[in-house]
Amino acid sequence: MTERPILRVRGLTRLYGRTVACRNVSFDLWPGEVLGVVGESGAGKTTLLKCLSAQVEPTDGTIEYDTRADGLVDVFALSEPARRMLLRTDWGIVHQNPRDGLHMGVSAGGNVGERLMAVGARHYGNIRSEVLDWLDRVEIDTGRIDDRPDTFSGGMQQRVQIARNLISRPRLLFLDEPTGGLDVSVQARLLDLLRQLVASTGVAAIVVTHDLGVVRLLAHRLMVMRGGEVVEHGLTDQVLDDPQHAYSQLLVSSILQV
Amino acid sequence: MTSDETTAAFGAEHVAGYNFAYLDEQTKRMIRRAILKAIAIPGYQVPFGSREMPLPYGWGTGGIQVTASVIGPDDVLKVIDQGADDTTNAVSIRAFFAKTTGVATTERTAEATLIQTRHRIPETPLREGQVLIYQVPIPEPLRWLEPRESETRKMHALAEYGVMQVSLYEDIARYGRIAKAYNYPVRVHARYITSPSPIPKFDNPKMDRNPAIQLFGAGRERRIYAIPPYTAVESLDFDDYPFTVEQWPESCALCGATDSFLDEIVTNDKGGRMFICSDTDYCAGRRAENGEETAA
Ligand SMILES: Nc1ncnc2c1ncn2[C@@H]1O[C@H](COP(=O)(O)OP(=O)(O)OP(=O)(O)O)[C@@H](O)[C@H]1O
Ligand SMILES: [Mg+2]
Repeated sequence: MTERPILRVRGLTRLYGRTVACRNVSFDLWPGEVLGVVGESGAGKTTLLKCLSAQVEPTDGTIEYDTRADGLVDVFALSEPARRMLLRTDWGIVHQNPRDGLHMGVSAGGNVGERLMAVGARHYGNIRSEVLDWLDRVEIDTGRIDDRPDTFSGGMQQRVQIARNLISRPRLLFLDEPTGGLDVSVQARLLDLLRQLVASTGVAAIVVTHDLGVVRLLAHRLMVMRGGEVVEHGLTDQVLDDPQHAYSQLLVSSILQV
Repeated sequence: MTSDETTAAFGAEHVAGYNFAYLDEQTKRMIRRAILKAIAIPGYQVPFGSREMPLPYGWGTGGIQVTASVIGPDDVLKVIDQGADDTTNAVSIRAFFAKTTGVATTERTAEATLIQTRHRIPETPLREGQVLIYQVPIPEPLRWLEPRESETRKMHALAEYGVMQVSLYEDIARYGRIAKAYNYPVRVHARYITSPSPIPKFDNPKMDRNPAIQLFGAGRERRIYAIPPYTAVESLDFDDYPFTVEQWPESCALCGATDSFLDEIVTNDKGGRMFICSDTDYCAGRRAENGEETAA
């Protein structure tokens, strides 16, 4: 068992002018753990995720990541090359909109294999077989390997994104509304797949969503955000079954009424 | 290379009313600074303030500006387009420099000190002291995947070149081989990935450790880059799909060459065709030699 968190966040704040996108967020994420972040539209979920994944610089606070070489390191104190290297090897990002996470003009195989090539893979046959293996793991018909993702359904595109990230064996995965915009039946299958992959790879993950069903299925722990602040934080089942904060109570009851 | 004194003192052979080689001295100095920087950082694209030239973009304005900035009264200029000295583009660029500089021109690769080219590297090996100037339409090899200049600059700075390998991967996935026949991407001095301009990949190996200076000018995109003499130039590939050059079923129908880049020519409307050297100077030189032998 590791005694060190993989991610340590303290006092994270991000302002846009006078708008508080998120304020004073602190938590530890442990290896293999899945943290859910829920809250209504505008609560600051995406901003928080973008700060954590080093895509947006925080106004205040620190984010430390447990690097393989040097242990806990302030992500924004890293050089840009080192940060970009983390982003395409140790970390994975699954974007809500597949267009932000895939090259639509490149085949599914090219998309999934890119990270291997980015770190120096130069044997086509080996790249190809690893890509086929990952397409299979995300339940995409391997016969579609040379088709472009813009000929795929939304659910398939999300699965290509997931394969494209997991192929580099990341230790930390960021997911922003991974099931947003998908049909309910497709959502359920994708969630099931995600749960299975997270368990089998042991990757730690932060999942942003406003769907409590997603976090109930995926997340070990849950943060409820409102107006940029974390109003409740605890084990998922505890928060969902016995919410303490008035806003969490409202959120849980409204979802149960549906 | 030229100096201000020599260009100021040039003779009466050229058309009056223009500065030597058309460009003003200040512009030439600016372009020479870009060229020096380009030579110092092999394969790196240096931005420069491209000037309006009396030719439209796409007619080699980048190459012309580079040539105009390095040409001196003692230079001997050769201009080729697709390997030939007698095509419209080559003829008009040669005439342009003949008029604005009065320098000697030649069709012989061996006699030239400056060679401006579009789409080919001469077959006759270049030597130290020669300068090969390429006309480049699209200097950025990463542009096919990344339209943002700010991002491609960052990718070059950090040598993030995975996408270039993805483009080769896509070829093999689609065609079973790396299908790029022209503009085949290279890595210069084990660092920058660079566009060789639309030369056939047949010419790529000639770039590697070439004794001549290779300069590249892109007019519309305002970029200059360079490969200094004897610099390593490697064509990208996969271990199991190595880089290879074109081969032809026949030798040149005119000179019998088996080692040169051949163009396929349709000879009649009954489907007759033959292969001949794309490098007209090389072909003519070989025929002159062979002619003596066969006549004897
Ligand atoms: N780039 C930006 N510029 C200005 N304001 C921004 C920017 N990004 C986010 N905000 C503001 O920050 C607040 C939090 O936005 P954010 O996108 O993080 O919320 P969210 O919880 O992800 O919402 P949603 O569920 O709709 O995706 C909002 O008030 C938003 O308008
Ligand atoms: Mg959001």
